[in-house]
Amino acid sequence: MKIDRRCFLSLVIGGAVGTTLTPVPWKLTDDIAIWSQNWPWTPVPEDGPSKYENTVCAMCQGGCGITVRKIKQRAVKIEGMSGHPVNKGSVCPMGISSLQYLYGPSRVKSPMKRTGKRGEGKWEKISWDDAIAEVSDKLKELRNQEEPHKVACTADSDRNTVGYLFDRFLAAYGSPNFIRTPSSEDANELALYLAQGRNATVGWDIENADFILSFGVPLMDSPDSAGRMFSAYSALDEKAELVQIEPRLSDTAAQSKRWIPAKPGTEGVLALGLAHVIVKDKLYDSDFVKNYSSGFEDSEDEDGNTRKGFKSLLEDYSPASVAETTGIDKAKIITLARDFAGAGRPLAICGRPIVQGSVDEALAIHALNALVGNINKKGGMVAIPEPDYLGWSEMQRDETASKGRQQPRIDGAGTDRFPNARHLLHRLPEEINSAGDKAPLQVLLVAGGNPLYTIPDTEAAKKAFDRIPFIVSFSPFMDETAEYADLILPNHHFLERYEDIPTPRGYAKPVTGLARPVVDPQHDTMHTGDAVISIAKNMDEFIREAFPWDDYRDFLEQTFSDRWKSLEKEVYSVRKDFTPADWEDAFDTPSKKYEFYPTSRQMPPDSERDRLPACRPLEIPGDGDSKELPLLFVPYVSVRIAEGAIANPPFMTKTVDDTVIKEGEVFVEINPETAKENDLSEGDSAVLKTSSAEARVRVHLFEGIMPGLVAMPAGLGHTAFSDYISGKGENAYSLLEAVSDPASGLNTGWGSRASLSRA
Amino acid sequence: MSKHDNQTAPAETRASGWVIFVFFLIGLVLSMLSGWIAFPNLLYSTKEQPIDFSHQVHKEQVGDCDSCHYFRDDGSFSGAPGLDECSGCHSYQMSDDPDEEKFVNEYVGEDKEVPWHIYAEQPHNVFFSHAAHVKGAGMQCSTCHGDIGESDSLREYQENRISGYSRDIWGNSMLRLGEAEHGRRHKMNDCAQCHLEETGSKGECFQCHK
Repeated sequence: MKIDRRCFLSLVIGGAVGTTLTPVPWKLTDDIAIWSQNWPWTPVPEDGPSKYENTVCAMCQGGCGITVRKIKQRAVKIEGMSGHPVNKGSVCPMGISSLQYLYGPSRVKSPMKRTGKRGEGKWEKISWDDAIAEVSDKLKELRNQEEPHKVACTADSDRNTVGYLFDRFLAAYGSPNFIRTPSSEDANELALYLAQGRNATVGWDIENADFILSFGVPLMDSPDSAGRMFSAYSALDEKAELVQIEPRLSDTAAQSKRWIPAKPGTEGVLALGLAHVIVKDKLYDSDFVKNYSSGFEDSEDEDGNTRKGFKSLLEDYSPASVAETTGIDKAKIITLARDFAGAGRPLAICGRPIVQGSVDEALAIHALNALVGNINKKGGMVAIPEPDYLGWSEMQRDETASKGRQQPRIDGAGTDRFPNARHLLHRLPEEINSAGDKAPLQVLLVAGGNPLYTIPDTEAAKKAFDRIPFIVSFSPFMDETAEYADLILPNHHFLERYEDIPTPRGYAKPVTGLARPVVDPQHDTMHTGDAVISIAKNMDEFIREAFPWDDYRDFLEQTFSDRWKSLEKEVYSVRKDFTPADWEDAFDTPSKKYEFYPTSRQMPPDSERDRLPACRPLEIPGDGDSKELPLLFVPYVSVRIAEGAIANPPFMTKTVDDTVIKEGEVFVEINPETAKENDLSEGDSAVLKTSSAEARVRVHLFEGIMPGLVAMPAGLGHTAFSDYISGKGENAYSLLEAVSDPASGLNTGWGSRASLSRA
Repeated sequence: MSKHDNQTAPAETRASGWVIFVFFLIGLVLSMLSGWIAFPNLLYSTKEQPIDFSHQVHKEQVGDCDSCHYFRDDGSFSGAPGLDECSGCHSYQMSDDPDEEKFVNEYVGEDKEVPWHIYAEQPHNVFFSHAAHVKGAGMQCSTCHGDIGESDSLREYQENRISGYSRDIWGNSMLRLGEAEHGRRHKMNDCAQCHLEETGSKGECFQCHK
């Protein structure tokens, strides 16, 4: 019997045939499939009973109450907190996704000191003691050189305890440079102060209004207001009308009953045009105007000169001229004005996204509310006083501190040039880059915002940062600014920390929220409040004494004193005794009336105009007729894309349409007409060039955008955070240029001149 | 040119067809033997439960299944009770049973959860609602889980070495023939089959795979 190769082949074939007649292949296939779904590194949700804990979301300034579902020690889901006065159970995608930031790889896990070049990403872990000592030593050194004013700090709020601690620290230390991160609040609070004499925030009682005239406010497009608006809008009376004035069909515009596209930047002119019709048709509240306002009619000032009144100012804003400026049909303007004035509880609201906005524009829109007499009324515009709990006693200061504190601010706010402005972060690059050899800013403490991402013209900002010798970031996440810092003192995530949340922008009742820890700190992080107190305790005697508290928790409890317990339990408190002041007592202006002519407004010395809110279209630098940059680039905000300091978490990015971002490339929206003129079609790769930068984009044709505009979402194009977040699209802020409103200094650079050509 | 092709051996040196066929049969038989007999034994490892628990004794003491396997307030199902629940009664030893002694000393005393082997454990990508079946459809526990509630001793647990789940999921029979030995089998097709019979539809993917 011969045995050869073929016998073995036959044996193998027999084996193979036999195996198919056994359960082996089928069972193995099934088991391997299950095995492959259960890799040991695949995250598996905790199993067990759910617990629910309430807190307040601090991903943005919206102040929404949230309920965190926990299994054991793991937070697994975030829901809107039912019964919370602001959001009433709603929550925006950013709030829901904040767990990805709690557990995600963007966290800074311990104090870090830079070892490589700036922005190179080379870090050394250091202890908290060393980190605090490092900052304190640097600050002491500057004070010893009598240069405490060369320290600046950015924070998200000046109305909560952490912002207060930083401001107090700078006051004791001797620097005037506490800079709040920019928002539409800047223009609104300034207008409120000028017209009503109150240091307060603007509240819009949208829930009770029946005609809401929104001048481009991204009510349902921005996390800042979406949580509240989702509930408020669905609860609005069927008859209530929302009118959205915006050059682009945003989600808010799509939800409105009337969408009126106006040329961007002309909203203030439109407001005065509406006021013109209201006054001409005598549709205004004559009781309010006559008895509780001043500066409506022409008058005489102390020197006997004639002072033009608001009514005379309006003569320049006839429907015909406003129609030409804004691009809105004249008849539409007249109808809109009449409908607004004729409504039961009309409310005009303002607050542009992206920029601070113009004070004139805010004054003009506030004046519409004054004309129809809905100031401090149900469904009207309400002045929300500053928090009453931040009333710590004044501190002792040494001479160095007093001298330093009196120096002009680095951002120019409050100086002769911009006398009314309070915070002008966008001017920082200009001031630093134009200074001489000696760097005007030695230390920057970044306790809020992500300036290297959000300051217009990122390149200029980076150049300025290169001239600041010592940058400290307190960010819990490795954002663009933290990446460029010298030292990172990471804060806890908001789900790990206590923090009071002031009344959200635009909310019409004073409400204090309290974020409180629902999970233990996941990393070696420290509450920024504790970091400030620790730094202060390392400083000279006067500064130490200004911070008598053991730690932040002690400070917080003492601050809220008898309200602390209920606040900690309920996570919010609404001031029940609050009712908006009656017109007799509402205004604290020199005339004790609502001032259409804001007498306390200080104009820059070279200004030739008077104080009336004479709105002109908000200009974007450059020649509009130029062949080089014939289009206008306008960034827009979307509730599915976090527009600011914190990047879009991956959960949110997944919700974005593939006509907004696809394969890492961002789409710009242009009108089909613009596409035709520029020889572009849907899906084309193109280069978007503006006066400050250029970006590679793709083209999406959209009927809902006015011709001549190129729109792109703000919030993409991050370069930091983590591999899951960075490298998606382009940063809209880098394509913008800061434009300081000549009258106030606030940033009004809502867009930039641009060209779009096929790549 | 050579007489023979270099690649092919001369006919007289080749194995005959019969021999080749015999080898084929040997391969066939060996693989079938290993596939039907050796493979199942190799695939599953037998594990003892950490504590030999008597459902019968507990049922007499505390009542029905839902005394320990209950629905939480939010409707989710508690599954096997944890140490907290057990130590409500077993904070100290109540009998001279050696397994109870082990439980009290090694788990209650050490504050350590018992690593039970769960016969009906499903992969994490399966969403299964007990409430829909027990409360909604009024099914009995034993329909799927068999008579474990009446048992005096926990049977051995056979763990699939590849997937890590219990043999009960696939069923004891490799061919999945006949009735399951303990309640029902728990593969996806078993769910679908029952749903088809009871509701007229196998259901949609997302009902169980969220």
